[in-house]
Amino acid sequence: MTRRPPIHGLLAEFDNANELVAAARAAHQAGFHHVDAYTPFPIEELAEAMGVHRTVLPMLVLIGGIVGAVGGFGLAYWTSVVEYPLNVGGRPLFSWPSFIPVTFETTVLVAALTTVLGMLALNGLPMPYHPTFNVPRFALATRDRFFFCIEATDPLFDRDDTRRFLERLVPRSVSEVEH
Amino acid sequence: MAQPTPDLPHHAEQPPIIGPGHTFRSITDKISAVVLTRRAPIGWFIGFGIGFALTNLLLVSVTYLFLRGVRIWGNNVPVGWAFDIINFVWWIGIGHAGTLISAILLLLRQEWRTSINRFAEAMTLFAVACAAMYPIIHMGRPWLAYWLLPYPNTMSMWPNFRSPLIWDVFAVSTYATVSLLFWYIGLIPDLATLRDRSQSRVGRVTYGMLAMGWRGSARHWFRYETAYLLLAGLSTPLVISVHTIVSFDFAVGVIPGWHATIFPPYFVAGAVYAGFAMVLTIAIPLRKFYGLEDFITMRHIDYMARVMLATGLFVFYGYIMEAFFAWYSANSYEEYMMRNRMLGPYAPFYWALILCNGAAIQLLWFQRVRASATALFVLSIFVSVGMWLERFVIVVTSLHRDFLPSSWGMYYPTFWDFSTYIGTIGLFTMLLFLFIRVLPMISIFEMRTLLPEAEVNEEDAA
Repeated sequence: MTRRPPIHGLLAEFDNANELVAAARAAHQAGFHHVDAYTPFPIEELAEAMGVHRTVLPMLVLIGGIVGAVGGFGLAYWTSVVEYPLNVGGRPLFSWPSFIPVTFETTVLVAALTTVLGMLALNGLPMPYHPTFNVPRFALATRDRFFFCIEATDPLFDRDDTRRFLERLVPRSVSEVEH
Repeated sequence: MAQPTPDLPHHAEQPPIIGPGHTFRSITDKISAVVLTRRAPIGWFIGFGIGFALTNLLLVSVTYLFLRGVRIWGNNVPVGWAFDIINFVWWIGIGHAGTLISAILLLLRQEWRTSINRFAEAMTLFAVACAAMYPIIHMGRPWLAYWLLPYPNTMSMWPNFRSPLIWDVFAVSTYATVSLLFWYIGLIPDLATLRDRSQSRVGRVTYGMLAMGWRGSARHWFRYETAYLLLAGLSTPLVISVHTIVSFDFAVGVIPGWHATIFPPYFVAGAVYAGFAMVLTIAIPLRKFYGLEDFITMRHIDYMARVMLATGLFVFYGYIMEAFFAWYSANSYEEYMMRNRMLGPYAPFYWALILCNGAAIQLLWFQRVRASATALFVLSIFVSVGMWLERFVIVVTSLHRDFLPSSWGMYYPTFWDFSTYIGTIGLFTMLLFLFIRVLPMISIFEMRTLLPEAEVNEEDAA
């Protein structure tokens, strides 16, 4: 990071989801990229309006699943065939069908752990402090209000111009977010 | 299952899945008030007190068991597995409805699941906790339970991966872990709501730590929704695999009455059936005492009853097939097993089972029965009893008389068998009451998405 901007950004509050999505789209078209929206429930159109289209998460989960499958099968193979072979009436040591249940479970286990830990890591959680929490009304973002923030790190950000830009979107209020 | 639901909750043809007149604010306030502001009703203290007392009975029973060993139970040589496996399977089966509701119904876009998934998932966790206890306390030396896990040790020994019992270890531990993750992930946005709504410092700090700094960012929601769907996709085959593997505990053995290929599907259906019965047993009093009829409507209750009927019929089909194959196989041991079930010393259990799971549920065909919460509550108890009897019949009648008459015997449960079983019911009850008190029992953020206002109108937004 170079120089830290004096504030985190400008936060506009909206009454409903439609206005928020419209604001996000307008900001995206105006060329703002360091933006975020805060809503009490997931809104599919919002991510799209902000230009967020994909996440690497499914790929990570696929890799997790493959690691789990290879690991589970490998564990069963190595213990039953190599490390601790049990000769039961001369039956084959590499009895792969009986390794499938364990392989399946480890596949799901590692994939599920990757899903959850991957989602949290990509979202940067846990993050106990975030500048937006300094705005008192922001507590309503988890209840019934919709917020849109243009961050000061955006190259187009200007304390006054950006405030005027946000006010043109007729929000309920615009407030500065302290660090 | 029932006919497909139209995907929009506010269409005119069907009653809505959320009561009229709600807003984002009223949903949030009503559900969070149960945790944050409303005083716990007297019934909560009574229910929690009963659960707590019975949990102490469990502790006493388990302590005595550890002092004296498994001889305090009625288990004996022909019937080596008795209450332990019966109750293990019973509890784990109950857990399956939670995952079915949270994962499979999510993938099938059954929006009515939203108001019941949270406490059904909690029920899953608590049921799995009760189930997992049984195999461990049945070990002669439960403090060595970690020997079940594959880890490098000084004895140079490894578990046998060809044994269904080791499959069970992997299946149950994976199931418990994934259920916990699914439940916790679903809770995060609601924990943030509680953090922001809580008036007390303790509440803000506790919920704040658990919410991990969730702030409802659109970027976060995007990954969150992806993760939630992926977890649902992973849990769906998992839940089916778990009860399949539980049924392998029996089906892989050569005992007449156990060695049947129908066991996996029949067990999975039975699990869902028992689980929905337990969801009804919990949901019906809950909606009444907490005034949640707006959120858990009669339409929900009706749908659950239909799922219970459908899965109950699968299970009944399983019973018929067991009898049919005993005759059709022309195997004298199978034939004797079935005759012994129907006419032997444990015949009353078999016929009580048929009464509960075969006859009683036929009432669910009637609209009037499905529209009565009281009738469904009574029927759900019948189903829970029936499913316990089913496992009793499968385990005990198959083991007590197998191939050699010289090794036949009888099994009688002792006081400690019952006290342990009732104790786990107490533990389950206590955990459930604690959950209702400290966490939102209905998913707040998912309920918000059911409101018409939650839908973005593209023309307005453009």
